[in-house]
Amino acid sequence: MLSDSERDRYARHLILPELGERGQLALKRGSVLIIGAGGLGSPAAMYLAAAGVGRIGLVDFDVVDASNLHRQLLYGSSDVGRPKLEAARERLLDINGEIAIELHPFALMSDNALELFAKYDVVIDGTDNFPTRYLVSDACTLAGKPNVYGSIFRFEGQVSVFDDTRGPCYRCLYPTPPPPALVPNCAEAGVLGVLPGIIGSLQANEAIKLIAGIGEPLIGRLLLFDALALRFREVRVTKQRHEPVTHLIDYEGFCNPMDINVKELAERIGRGDSLTLLDVREPHEWNAGHLDNALHIPMQQVPARVEEVPRDAEIIVYCRMGGRSARVQQFLQEQGFANVRNLAGGMLAWQRDVDPTMKVV
Amino acid sequence: MALNFVISGPLRELAGNRGEVRIDRSASSLAEALPLLWAECPAFRDRVVTELGELRPHLNIFVDGENIRFLDGFSTAVRDGSEIVILPALSGG
Repeated sequence: MLSDSERDRYARHLILPELGERGQLALKRGSVLIIGAGGLGSPAAMYLAAAGVGRIGLVDFDVVDASNLHRQLLYGSSDVGRPKLEAARERLLDINGEIAIELHPFALMSDNALELFAKYDVVIDGTDNFPTRYLVSDACTLAGKPNVYGSIFRFEGQVSVFDDTRGPCYRCLYPTPPPPALVPNCAEAGVLGVLPGIIGSLQANEAIKLIAGIGEPLIGRLLLFDALALRFREVRVTKQRHEPVTHLIDYEGFCNPMDINVKELAERIGRGDSLTLLDVREPHEWNAGHLDNALHIPMQQVPARVEEVPRDAEIIVYCRMGGRSARVQQFLQEQGFANVRNLAGGMLAWQRDVDPTMKVV
Repeated sequence: MALNFVISGPLRELAGNRGEVRIDRSASSLAEALPLLWAECPAFRDRVVTELGELRPHLNIFVDGENIRFLDGFSTAVRDGSEIVILPALSGG
Protein backbone atom coordinates (compact mmCIF):
# COMPACT_ATOMS: atom_id res chain seq x y z
CA MET A 1 0.00 0.00 0.00
CA LEU A 2 1.04 3.56 -0.62
CA SER A 3 0.85 6.03 2.27
CA ASP A 4 -0.95 9.37 1.93
CA SER A 5 2.37 11.19 1.63
CA GLU A 6 3.48 8.77 -1.09
CA ARG A 7 0.22 9.36 -2.97
CA ASP A 8 0.96 13.08 -2.89
CA ARG A 9 4.57 12.65 -3.91
CA TYR A 10 3.89 10.28 -6.80
CA ALA A 11 0.62 11.86 -7.94
CA ARG A 12 1.89 12.51 -11.47
CA HIS A 13 2.99 8.89 -11.74
CA LEU A 14 -0.26 7.52 -10.36
CA ILE A 15 -2.37 9.21 -13.02
CA LEU A 16 -0.34 7.60 -15.81
CA PRO A 17 -2.50 4.63 -16.85
CA GLU A 18 0.57 2.63 -17.91
CA LEU A 19 2.16 3.02 -14.48
CA GLY A 20 -0.57 3.76 -11.95
CA GLU A 21 -0.64 2.35 -8.43
CA ARG A 22 0.47 -1.09 -9.60
CA GLY A 23 3.62 0.33 -11.19
CA GLN A 24 4.36 2.65 -8.29
CA LEU A 25 4.07 -0.22 -5.83
CA ALA A 26 6.45 -2.24 -8.01
CA LEU A 27 8.94 0.63 -7.85
CA LYS A 28 8.50 0.83 -4.07
CA ARG A 29 9.24 -2.88 -3.73
CA GLY A 30 12.04 -2.69 -6.31
CA SER A 31 15.76 -2.26 -5.88
CA VAL A 32 18.57 -1.00 -8.09
CA LEU A 33 22.33 -1.30 -7.62
CA ILE A 34 24.31 1.52 -9.24
CA ILE A 35 27.97 0.78 -9.93
CA GLY A 36 29.81 4.08 -9.86
CA ALA A 37 28.44 7.27 -8.29
CA GLY A 38 29.96 9.56 -10.91
CA GLY A 39 28.73 11.17 -14.10
CA LEU A 40 26.25 8.44 -15.05
CA GLY A 41 25.45 7.34 -11.49
CA SER A 42 24.50 10.87 -10.41
CA PRO A 43 21.42 11.43 -12.62
CA ALA A 44 20.49 7.76 -12.49
CA ALA A 45 20.44 7.74 -8.70
CA MET A 46 18.63 11.06 -8.42
CA TYR A 47 15.84 10.10 -10.84
CA LEU A 48 15.43 6.65 -9.32
CA ALA A 49 15.22 8.17 -5.85
CA ALA A 50 12.68 10.74 -7.01
CA ALA A 51 10.68 8.03 -8.80
CA GLY A 52 10.33 6.08 -5.56
CA VAL A 53 12.52 3.04 -6.18
CA GLY A 54 12.40 1.56 -2.69
CA ARG A 55 16.02 0.56 -2.29
CA ILE A 56 19.01 2.04 -4.10
CA GLY A 57 22.52 0.69 -3.58
CA LEU A 58 25.60 2.69 -4.57
CA VAL A 59 29.09 1.27 -5.14
CA ASP A 60 31.97 3.76 -5.15
CA PHE A 61 35.09 4.34 -3.08
CA ASP A 62 36.14 7.74 -4.40
CA VAL A 63 36.06 11.19 -2.82
CA VAL A 64 34.51 14.24 -4.45
CA ASP A 65 37.00 16.21 -6.53
CA ALA A 66 36.46 19.74 -7.85
CA SER A 67 36.80 18.39 -11.40
CA ASN A 68 33.72 16.19 -10.80
CA LEU A 69 31.37 19.10 -10.25
CA HIS A 70 30.75 20.07 -13.89
CA ARG A 71 28.83 16.84 -14.46
CA GLN A 72 28.24 14.93 -11.21
CA LEU A 73 25.19 16.74 -9.89
CA LEU A 74 24.90 14.57 -6.81
CA TYR A 75 27.62 16.77 -5.34
CA GLY A 76 28.05 20.44 -4.58
CA SER A 77 31.06 22.64 -3.99
CA SER A 78 30.91 22.06 -0.25
CA ASP A 79 31.29 18.31 -0.82
CA VAL A 80 34.79 18.51 -2.32
CA GLY A 81 37.06 16.20 -0.36
CA ARG A 82 34.20 14.19 1.18
CA PRO A 83 33.58 10.51 0.42
CA LYS A 84 31.19 10.46 -2.51
CA LEU A 85 28.78 8.01 -0.96
CA GLU A 86 28.28 10.05 2.21
CA ALA A 87 27.44 13.14 0.17
CA ALA A 88 25.28 11.10 -2.21
CA ARG A 89 23.19 9.63 0.60
CA GLU A 90 22.41 13.10 1.97
CA ARG A 91 21.40 14.40 -1.45
CA LEU A 92 19.26 11.38 -2.32
CA LEU A 93 17.46 11.31 1.02
CA ASP A 94 16.80 15.02 0.63
CA ILE A 95 15.15 14.28 -2.72
CA ASN A 96 13.13 11.44 -1.21
CA GLY A 97 13.31 10.44 2.45
CA GLU A 98 10.83 7.59 1.97
CA ILE A 99 13.33 5.24 0.32
CA ALA A 100 16.40 3.35 1.55
CA ILE A 101 19.91 4.22 0.35
CA GLU A 102 22.51 1.50 0.84
CA LEU A 103 26.19 2.39 0.64
CA HIS A 104 28.89 0.02 -0.57
CA PRO A 105 32.09 2.08 -0.22
CA PHE A 106 34.52 -0.32 -1.85
CA ALA A 107 35.74 -1.35 -5.27
CA LEU A 108 33.57 -3.88 -7.09
CA MET A 109 35.72 -7.00 -7.38
CA SER A 110 35.34 -10.58 -8.52
CA ASP A 111 35.14 -11.74 -4.90
CA ASN A 112 32.31 -9.43 -3.84
CA ALA A 113 30.18 -8.84 -6.95
CA LEU A 114 27.91 -11.90 -6.92
CA GLU A 115 26.92 -11.57 -3.27
CA LEU A 116 26.14 -7.91 -3.83
CA PHE A 117 24.21 -8.35 -7.09
CA ALA A 118 22.01 -11.05 -5.53
CA LYS A 119 20.42 -8.42 -3.27
CA TYR A 120 19.10 -6.22 -6.12
CA ASP A 121 16.61 -6.50 -8.99
CA VAL A 122 18.47 -4.38 -11.55
CA VAL A 123 22.11 -3.30 -11.94
CA ILE A 124 23.13 -0.01 -13.56
CA ASP A 125 26.64 0.10 -15.05
CA GLY A 126 28.00 3.59 -14.54
CA THR A 127 31.65 2.64 -14.23
CA ASP A 128 34.56 4.31 -15.98
CA ASN A 129 36.82 1.46 -17.03
CA PHE A 130 36.72 -1.70 -19.13
CA PRO A 131 37.72 -4.27 -16.48
CA THR A 132 34.78 -3.28 -14.29
CA ARG A 133 32.41 -3.25 -17.27
CA TYR A 134 33.28 -6.87 -18.10
CA LEU A 135 32.98 -7.74 -14.40
CA VAL A 136 29.52 -6.12 -14.19
CA SER A 137 28.40 -7.95 -17.32
CA ASP A 138 29.64 -11.37 -16.22
CA ALA A 139 28.29 -10.97 -12.68
CA CYS A 140 24.88 -9.97 -14.10
CA THR A 141 24.93 -13.03 -16.36
CA LEU A 142 25.77 -15.34 -13.46
CA ALA A 143 23.28 -13.68 -11.11
CA GLY A 144 20.54 -13.52 -13.77
CA LYS A 145 20.12 -9.74 -13.41
CA PRO A 146 19.54 -7.14 -16.14
CA ASN A 147 22.49 -4.81 -16.76
CA VAL A 148 21.44 -1.31 -17.72
CA TYR A 149 24.54 -0.21 -19.56
CA GLY A 150 25.67 3.32 -20.31
CA SER A 151 29.03 4.69 -21.39
CA ILE A 152 30.32 8.06 -22.52
CA PHE A 153 33.26 9.65 -24.31
CA ARG A 154 33.65 13.37 -25.02
CA PHE A 155 30.37 14.14 -26.86
CA GLU A 156 29.08 10.59 -27.38
CA GLY A 157 27.13 8.08 -25.39
CA GLN A 158 25.96 4.49 -25.69
CA VAL A 159 23.02 2.88 -23.88
CA SER A 160 21.62 -0.64 -23.88
CA VAL A 161 19.98 -3.20 -21.62
CA PHE A 162 21.94 -6.44 -21.49
CA ASP A 163 20.03 -9.39 -20.09
CA ASP A 164 21.43 -12.83 -20.75
CA THR A 165 18.12 -14.45 -19.76
CA ARG A 166 16.33 -12.95 -22.75
CA GLY A 167 18.88 -11.27 -25.01
CA PRO A 168 22.52 -10.44 -25.60
CA CYS A 169 25.04 -9.46 -22.94
CA TYR A 170 27.93 -6.98 -23.11
CA ARG A 171 30.28 -9.72 -24.31
CA CYS A 172 27.97 -10.42 -27.26
CA LEU A 173 28.61 -6.86 -28.44
CA TYR A 174 32.22 -6.52 -27.33
CA PRO A 175 33.77 -9.98 -26.91
CA THR A 176 37.28 -8.49 -26.80
CA PRO A 177 38.41 -5.42 -24.87
CA PRO A 178 40.39 -2.79 -26.77
CA PRO A 179 44.18 -2.79 -26.45
CA PRO A 180 45.04 -0.67 -23.37
CA ALA A 181 47.09 1.82 -25.37
CA LEU A 182 44.01 2.69 -27.44
CA VAL A 183 41.96 3.56 -24.35
CA PRO A 184 42.32 7.30 -23.81
CA ASN A 185 43.25 8.65 -20.43
CA CYS A 186 39.99 9.89 -18.88
CA ALA A 187 41.48 13.22 -17.81
CA GLU A 188 42.93 13.85 -21.27
CA ALA A 189 39.83 12.78 -23.19
CA GLY A 190 37.43 15.19 -21.49
CA VAL A 191 33.65 14.99 -21.47
CA LEU A 192 30.84 17.45 -22.08
CA GLY A 193 29.25 17.97 -18.66
CA VAL A 194 25.66 17.55 -19.74
CA LEU A 195 26.36 14.30 -21.63
CA PRO A 196 26.30 11.92 -18.64
CA GLY A 197 23.14 13.72 -17.53
CA ILE A 198 21.45 12.58 -20.74
CA ILE A 199 22.88 9.05 -20.81
CA GLY A 200 22.43 8.43 -17.05
CA SER A 201 18.82 9.63 -17.29
CA LEU A 202 18.20 7.14 -20.11
CA GLN A 203 19.62 4.42 -17.86
CA ALA A 204 17.22 5.48 -15.09
CA ASN A 205 14.37 5.36 -17.63
CA GLU A 206 15.23 1.77 -18.54
CA ALA A 207 15.62 0.69 -14.91
CA ILE A 208 12.19 2.15 -14.07
CA LYS A 209 10.60 0.35 -17.03
CA LEU A 210 12.19 -2.96 -16.07
CA ILE A 211 10.99 -2.74 -12.48
CA ALA A 212 7.52 -1.48 -13.31
CA GLY A 213 7.19 -3.95 -16.18
CA ILE A 214 6.13 -1.30 -18.70
CA GLY A 215 7.18 -0.38 -22.20
CA GLU A 216 9.75 -1.98 -24.43
CA PRO A 217 13.16 -2.37 -22.80
CA LEU A 218 16.28 -1.51 -24.78
CA ILE A 219 17.21 -5.19 -25.11
CA GLY A 220 18.97 -6.27 -28.29
CA ARG A 221 19.39 -2.65 -29.30
CA LEU A 222 22.28 -0.26 -28.73
CA LEU A 223 21.35 3.41 -28.66
CA LEU A 224 24.07 5.77 -29.85
CA PHE A 225 23.91 9.45 -28.94
CA ASP A 226 25.95 12.24 -30.52
CA ALA A 227 25.61 15.49 -28.61
CA LEU A 228 27.35 17.62 -31.24
CA ALA A 229 25.13 16.49 -34.11
CA LEU A 230 22.24 16.03 -31.64
CA ARG A 231 21.37 12.71 -33.16
CA PHE A 232 20.25 9.38 -31.79
CA ARG A 233 20.96 6.20 -33.74
CA GLU A 234 20.09 2.62 -33.00
CA VAL A 235 21.93 -0.53 -34.04
CA ARG A 236 20.93 -4.12 -33.47
CA VAL A 237 22.78 -6.26 -30.90
CA THR A 238 22.51 -9.99 -31.45
CA LYS A 239 23.25 -12.81 -29.05
CA GLN A 240 26.64 -14.12 -30.12
CA ARG A 241 28.77 -17.10 -29.25
CA HIS A 242 31.63 -16.07 -26.99
CA GLU A 243 33.65 -17.54 -24.15
CA PRO A 244 31.04 -19.05 -21.84
CA VAL A 245 30.66 -17.17 -18.56
CA THR A 246 30.97 -19.78 -15.81
CA HIS A 247 32.71 -17.82 -13.07
CA LEU A 248 34.25 -14.41 -12.45
CA ILE A 249 37.85 -13.96 -13.54
CA ASP A 250 40.77 -11.53 -13.14
CA TYR A 251 39.36 -8.65 -15.21
CA GLU A 252 42.44 -6.44 -14.97
CA GLY A 253 44.45 -9.28 -16.46
CA PHE A 254 41.76 -9.92 -19.10
CA CYS A 255 41.75 -6.31 -20.27
CA ASN A 256 45.41 -5.53 -19.67
CA PRO A 257 47.51 -8.67 -20.07
CA MET A 258 50.79 -6.77 -19.71
CA ASP A 259 49.72 -5.05 -16.50
CA ILE A 260 51.03 -5.66 -13.03
CA ASN A 261 48.80 -4.92 -10.05
CA VAL A 262 49.95 -2.89 -7.06
CA LYS A 263 49.98 -5.80 -4.61
CA GLU A 264 52.13 -7.90 -6.92
CA LEU A 265 54.49 -4.96 -7.40
CA ALA A 266 54.71 -4.39 -3.63
CA GLU A 267 55.58 -8.07 -3.12
CA ARG A 268 58.24 -7.97 -5.80
CA ILE A 269 59.79 -4.78 -4.41
CA GLY A 270 59.72 -6.40 -0.97
CA ARG A 271 61.53 -9.46 -2.34
CA GLY A 272 64.24 -7.23 -3.76
CA ASP A 273 63.54 -8.16 -7.39
CA SER A 274 65.51 -6.20 -9.95
CA LEU A 275 63.03 -3.74 -11.45
CA THR A 276 63.23 -0.34 -13.08
CA LEU A 277 60.33 1.80 -11.91
CA LEU A 278 59.50 4.55 -14.42
CA ASP A 279 57.32 7.41 -13.18
CA VAL A 280 55.84 9.32 -16.16
CA ARG A 281 53.81 11.90 -14.24
CA GLU A 282 54.33 15.65 -14.24
CA PRO A 283 56.89 17.19 -11.82
CA HIS A 284 54.27 18.44 -9.35
CA GLU A 285 52.81 14.94 -9.11
CA TRP A 286 56.26 13.43 -8.62
CA ASN A 287 57.11 15.99 -5.95
CA ALA A 288 53.98 15.14 -3.95
CA GLY A 289 55.13 11.54 -3.58
CA HIS A 290 56.66 8.71 -5.59
CA LEU A 291 58.02 5.18 -5.30
CA ASP A 292 61.55 4.81 -3.91
CA ASN A 293 64.33 4.56 -6.49
CA ALA A 294 62.00 5.37 -9.39
CA LEU A 295 63.24 7.02 -12.57
CA HIS A 296 61.24 10.16 -13.36
CA ILE A 297 60.58 11.11 -17.00
CA PRO A 298 57.28 12.94 -17.68
CA MET A 299 55.31 11.28 -20.49
CA GLN A 300 55.92 14.03 -23.04
CA GLN A 301 59.68 13.82 -22.54
CA VAL A 302 59.98 10.05 -22.92
CA PRO A 303 60.67 10.04 -26.70
CA ALA A 304 63.54 12.53 -26.29
CA ARG A 305 64.98 10.83 -23.20
CA VAL A 306 64.44 7.20 -24.12
CA GLU A 307 68.20 6.51 -23.83
CA GLU A 308 67.89 6.99 -20.06
CA VAL A 309 65.67 3.92 -19.83
CA PRO A 310 67.74 0.73 -19.41
CA ARG A 311 67.00 -1.63 -22.29
CA ASP A 312 67.73 -4.93 -20.55
CA ALA A 313 65.75 -4.26 -17.37
CA GLU A 314 62.21 -5.26 -16.46
CA ILE A 315 60.45 -1.92 -16.54
CA ILE A 316 57.34 -1.03 -14.57
CA VAL A 317 55.76 2.19 -15.86
CA TYR A 318 53.37 4.06 -13.62
CA CYS A 319 51.36 7.27 -13.48
CA ARG A 320 48.37 8.46 -11.46
CA MET A 321 45.75 6.03 -12.76
CA GLY A 322 47.41 3.92 -15.45
CA GLY A 323 46.42 5.76 -18.64
CA ARG A 324 49.56 7.73 -19.44
CA SER A 325 51.74 4.81 -18.39
CA ALA A 326 49.88 2.52 -20.84
CA ARG A 327 50.82 4.87 -23.66
CA VAL A 328 54.45 4.99 -22.58
CA GLN A 329 54.38 1.20 -22.27
CA GLN A 330 53.22 0.94 -25.89
CA PHE A 331 55.83 3.48 -27.03
CA LEU A 332 58.65 1.60 -25.33
CA GLN A 333 57.45 -1.70 -26.78
CA GLU A 334 57.51 -0.11 -30.23
CA GLN A 335 61.08 1.01 -29.53
CA GLY A 336 62.08 -2.60 -28.94
CA PHE A 337 61.94 -2.75 -25.15
CA ALA A 338 61.08 -6.38 -24.47
CA ASN A 339 59.82 -6.35 -20.90
CA VAL A 340 57.63 -3.37 -20.09
CA ARG A 341 54.66 -3.65 -17.76
CA ASN A 342 52.10 -1.07 -16.75
CA LEU A 343 51.08 -0.55 -13.12
CA ALA A 344 47.30 -1.10 -13.13
CA GLY A 345 45.43 1.70 -11.41
CA GLY A 346 48.64 3.69 -10.91
CA MET A 347 49.48 5.57 -7.74
CA LEU A 348 45.83 5.87 -6.74
CA ALA A 349 45.63 2.07 -6.52
CA TRP A 350 48.97 2.00 -4.68
CA GLN A 351 47.60 4.49 -2.16
CA ARG A 352 44.36 2.51 -1.78
CA ASP A 353 45.77 -1.01 -1.55
CA VAL A 354 49.41 -0.73 -0.43
CA ASP A 355 50.38 2.57 1.20
CA PRO A 356 47.62 4.91 2.42
CA THR A 357 50.28 7.48 3.39
CA MET A 358 51.38 7.94 -0.25
CA LYS A 359 50.40 11.44 -1.32
CA VAL A 360 48.83 11.49 -4.79
CA VAL A 361 47.77 14.67 -6.57
CA MET B 1 25.43 8.56 -54.91
CA ALA B 2 26.84 8.82 -51.41
CA LEU B 3 27.96 6.77 -48.45
CA ASN B 4 27.83 8.09 -44.91
CA PHE B 5 30.48 6.82 -42.49
CA VAL B 6 29.65 7.41 -38.83
CA ILE B 7 32.81 7.64 -36.76
CA SER B 8 32.70 7.05 -33.03
CA GLY B 9 34.83 7.43 -29.93
CA PRO B 10 38.61 7.81 -30.12
CA LEU B 11 38.47 6.99 -33.85
CA ARG B 12 37.15 10.49 -34.50
CA GLU B 13 40.63 11.91 -34.01
CA LEU B 14 41.68 10.02 -37.14
CA ALA B 15 38.93 11.73 -39.12
CA GLY B 16 39.81 15.29 -38.12
CA ASN B 17 37.39 15.07 -35.18
CA ARG B 18 34.48 14.54 -37.54
CA GLY B 19 31.61 12.37 -36.37
CA GLU B 20 30.43 11.74 -39.90
CA VAL B 21 32.37 11.44 -43.14
CA ARG B 22 30.20 11.65 -46.25
CA ILE B 23 31.76 10.30 -49.41
CA ASP B 24 30.07 11.07 -52.71
CA ARG B 25 30.93 7.82 -54.38
CA SER B 26 29.15 4.55 -54.85
CA ALA B 27 30.09 1.05 -53.79
CA SER B 28 28.33 -2.27 -53.92
CA SER B 29 29.94 -3.87 -50.88
CA LEU B 30 31.67 -2.84 -47.69
CA ALA B 31 34.92 -4.15 -49.17
CA GLU B 32 34.55 -1.52 -51.91
CA ALA B 33 33.34 1.19 -49.57
CA LEU B 34 36.04 1.04 -46.89
CA PRO B 35 38.97 1.94 -49.22
CA LEU B 36 37.07 5.14 -50.02
CA LEU B 37 37.25 5.99 -46.32
CA TRP B 38 40.93 4.99 -46.12
CA ALA B 39 41.63 7.38 -49.00
CA GLU B 40 39.88 10.22 -47.16
CA CYS B 41 41.39 9.38 -43.73
CA PRO B 42 44.62 7.40 -44.29
CA ALA B 43 45.31 6.71 -40.60
CA PHE B 44 42.06 4.82 -40.29
CA ARG B 45 42.90 1.58 -41.98
CA ASP B 46 45.39 0.21 -39.46
CA ARG B 47 43.11 1.03 -36.55
CA VAL B 48 40.16 -0.79 -38.08
CA VAL B 49 41.64 -3.85 -39.78
CA THR B 50 44.52 -6.17 -38.85
CA GLU B 51 47.61 -6.92 -40.94
CA LEU B 52 45.61 -9.83 -42.33
CA GLY B 53 42.84 -7.49 -43.42
CA GLU B 54 40.36 -8.71 -40.80
CA LEU B 55 38.19 -6.44 -38.68
CA ARG B 56 39.90 -5.78 -35.36
CA PRO B 57 38.09 -7.84 -32.74
CA HIS B 58 37.30 -4.97 -30.35
CA LEU B 59 35.43 -3.02 -33.06
CA ASN B 60 32.04 -3.47 -34.66
CA ILE B 61 30.86 -2.21 -38.04
CA PHE B 62 27.16 -1.75 -38.68
CA VAL B 63 25.68 -1.24 -42.13
CA ASP B 64 22.27 0.39 -41.86
CA GLY B 65 21.98 -0.70 -38.24
CA GLU B 66 23.01 -4.34 -38.72
CA ASN B 67 26.29 -5.81 -37.46
CA ILE B 68 28.39 -7.08 -40.38
CA ARG B 69 29.52 -10.04 -38.24
CA PHE B 70 25.97 -11.37 -38.69
CA LEU B 71 25.72 -10.35 -42.33
CA ASP B 72 28.44 -11.14 -44.85
CA GLY B 73 31.40 -9.46 -43.19
CA PHE B 74 33.28 -7.23 -45.62
CA SER B 75 31.17 -8.70 -48.44
CA THR B 76 28.07 -7.12 -46.91
CA ALA B 77 26.14 -5.18 -49.55
CA VAL B 78 25.92 -1.40 -49.29
CA ARG B 79 23.59 0.82 -51.28
CA ASP B 80 23.32 4.47 -52.15
CA GLY B 81 22.83 6.37 -48.90
CA SER B 82 23.98 3.53 -46.66
CA GLU B 83 25.06 4.50 -43.18
CA ILE B 84 28.20 2.67 -42.06
CA VAL B 85 28.86 2.95 -38.32
CA ILE B 86 32.37 2.07 -37.11
CA LEU B 87 31.98 1.51 -33.41
CA PRO B 88 34.51 1.00 -30.64
CA ALA B 89 33.51 0.36 -27.05
CA LEU B 90 33.49 3.44 -24.83
CA SER B 91 34.49 3.14 -21.19
CA GLY B 92 33.74 6.54 -19.66
CA GLY B 93 31.18 6.98 -16.92
